[in-house]
Amino acid sequence: MRPVYVVSGGVSKFTKARHDKTFQAVVKEAFEYAVADLNIDTTKFLELVDGSVASYFSDHFQRQLMSGIMAQDYLGLCPKPSHRVEGGGATGGLAFQEGWKSIASGHMDVCAVYGFETMSHVETWKGNEFIALASDVSFDFPVGGFYSGYYAMMVVRHMQEFGTTVEQMAHVSVKNHRNAYHNPYAQKRQKLTIEDVRNSTMVAWPLTRLDICVMSDGAAAVILASEEGVKRLEKAAGRTLPKIKVTGIGRGTDAMRMSDRPHKKVPLLSFEKESDYKNLKYPGIHSFRAGRSAAIQAYKHAGIKNPIAELDFVELHDAYTSSEIQTYEDLGLCRYGQGGELAVSGKTFMPGVDYGLKLKEKPICPVNPSGGLIACGHPVGATGLMQAVFALWQLQNTIGKHFKDPALQIKNAKKGLIHSHAGTGTYVTVSILEA
Amino acid sequence: MSKKISDRVEETTEGTILYNVPFPKNIESLKELSPIIIKQPYAIDYIHSYGQDSPWFAGLSNKKLLGTKCTACGYVFATPKLSCMECGKECDWVELPQEGKVHSFTVCYFGAEAFLHETPFILGLIEFEGANTLLLTRLVGLDPQEASLKWVGMKVKAKFRRKSQFKPTDVYFIPA
Repeated sequence: MRPVYVVSGGVSKFTKARHDKTFQAVVKEAFEYAVADLNIDTTKFLELVDGSVASYFSDHFQRQLMSGIMAQDYLGLCPKPSHRVEGGGATGGLAFQEGWKSIASGHMDVCAVYGFETMSHVETWKGNEFIALASDVSFDFPVGGFYSGYYAMMVVRHMQEFGTTVEQMAHVSVKNHRNAYHNPYAQKRQKLTIEDVRNSTMVAWPLTRLDICVMSDGAAAVILASEEGVKRLEKAAGRTLPKIKVTGIGRGTDAMRMSDRPHKKVPLLSFEKESDYKNLKYPGIHSFRAGRSAAIQAYKHAGIKNPIAELDFVELHDAYTSSEIQTYEDLGLCRYGQGGELAVSGKTFMPGVDYGLKLKEKPICPVNPSGGLIACGHPVGATGLMQAVFALWQLQNTIGKHFKDPALQIKNAKKGLIHSHAGTGTYVTVSILEA
Repeated sequence: MSKKISDRVEETTEGTILYNVPFPKNIESLKELSPIIIKQPYAIDYIHSYGQDSPWFAGLSNKKLLGTKCTACGYVFATPKLSCMECGKECDWVELPQEGKVHSFTVCYFGAEAFLHETPFILGLIEFEGANTLLLTRLVGLDPQEASLKWVGMKVKAKFRRKSQFKPTDVYFIPA
């Protein structure tokens, strides 16, 4: 397989409703930002790009089938090859990896991956119903389909198994909202306290409104290239482009129905021993086996042995504060059962940001420096690509330029991980990016 | 939990029928026009078949809780699957015990639009002796305000609706 580089990216401002534009025009904002950042004229870029991947989750939020081709034609990419990717909340991560495949396989030298979701076209509770249709409509949805309820049951079991607390979860909310204070693309930029999170409206016990991400309208785009493709773009741009390489790719799956999840042994990462988990039945509903599977593959691919020490940052799928904690463990940032402690340790916070919290340890590996889904919003098809764009900017050392605020730039960031996750952990992707 | 008093009027999708809008004399200013937002109603009746899982629903209407068991490896599914997830072989129908334990639960204070009028309601995942997987159900007869981890492990028993709706809610669980 050929090396694949991420050369550019763009994100629309995530917001509750973009009634000012149709989805194609919002995609164009992200796409044009990425092209402009290469310093290449749009018309010229349309000659240089070989094809695209379209990333969007839902057809019924817009009541529009084939939205992908409508974005493709609006961008001026016809008749070049393209296809739509869909895998629930992991749609963006899957699309990123499909773009990677197109380049790695030699099928394309320059590939644009664009993603979007337009969730404002229905009222919030109808939107929750649409999302809950991503659960078995024979056995699960009719019982009271509600994703926040599903994740609540998962974290209740995590609390039961490992002693995780709601205060530990609230730390994630404070961290991510506070990080987003410096991210102009984020939907919610707030300074919160642990009490704010706990006193917020209860949605599904024990998750409050501030433990849960919000629905958004938004788009994101990344441009991937081979060695040949980078040369082609550099010639047009008249400058050398910083090379950020995709060094690891992993994916995993698990059963749609949470009730079907097995209770077996933990697939181990290199620093774990079977004896660490003598009494643990895995994954049950407390952990995401798909995330562990994705991490094992991506770390093997990228040669990572000790993730928390080797990664400079992680952008992970925190649709819920609880799933950030559960994902720490799947990704091996700590052992299973230690996610709650890691969340309050300070290790996953940003250096130089005042959270108003007493944190025992110094940051080692900031998680969701951008603010994550909790604060940025979660326009599903755009989300995984938003993570790729923010990771790219970290590794290019250009956060200050793009955010107009350098606070969230991690110094000397060389290696980052992006993690995309679909409903209750059904599809999960992990990709490693290196400067 | 203390109830907060709302300080905003609820947004609804009830609107006014509008047959015309103002239009500027100057065509160059059209890009400044506010977006026109309309309502598009959408309703549909699906003809949904439970297919090979149909006997499970027939079981509920006859006060029987069914599961499936793999003919090859013996794995028992408390939510039926006719193809074994473990070994890929075929499963047979078996009867499950009507008592189990709460594996996990939540109280939903909000929900999908279809269930919003039923809030707060309690969702639970039930584990059964001899079964390898769980069953998602409603827990009834518990005070939502009393939610605590103490509910995990609680013994519960199945109750069935007298008038079947042929939905998974034809069975629900109450404290045993």
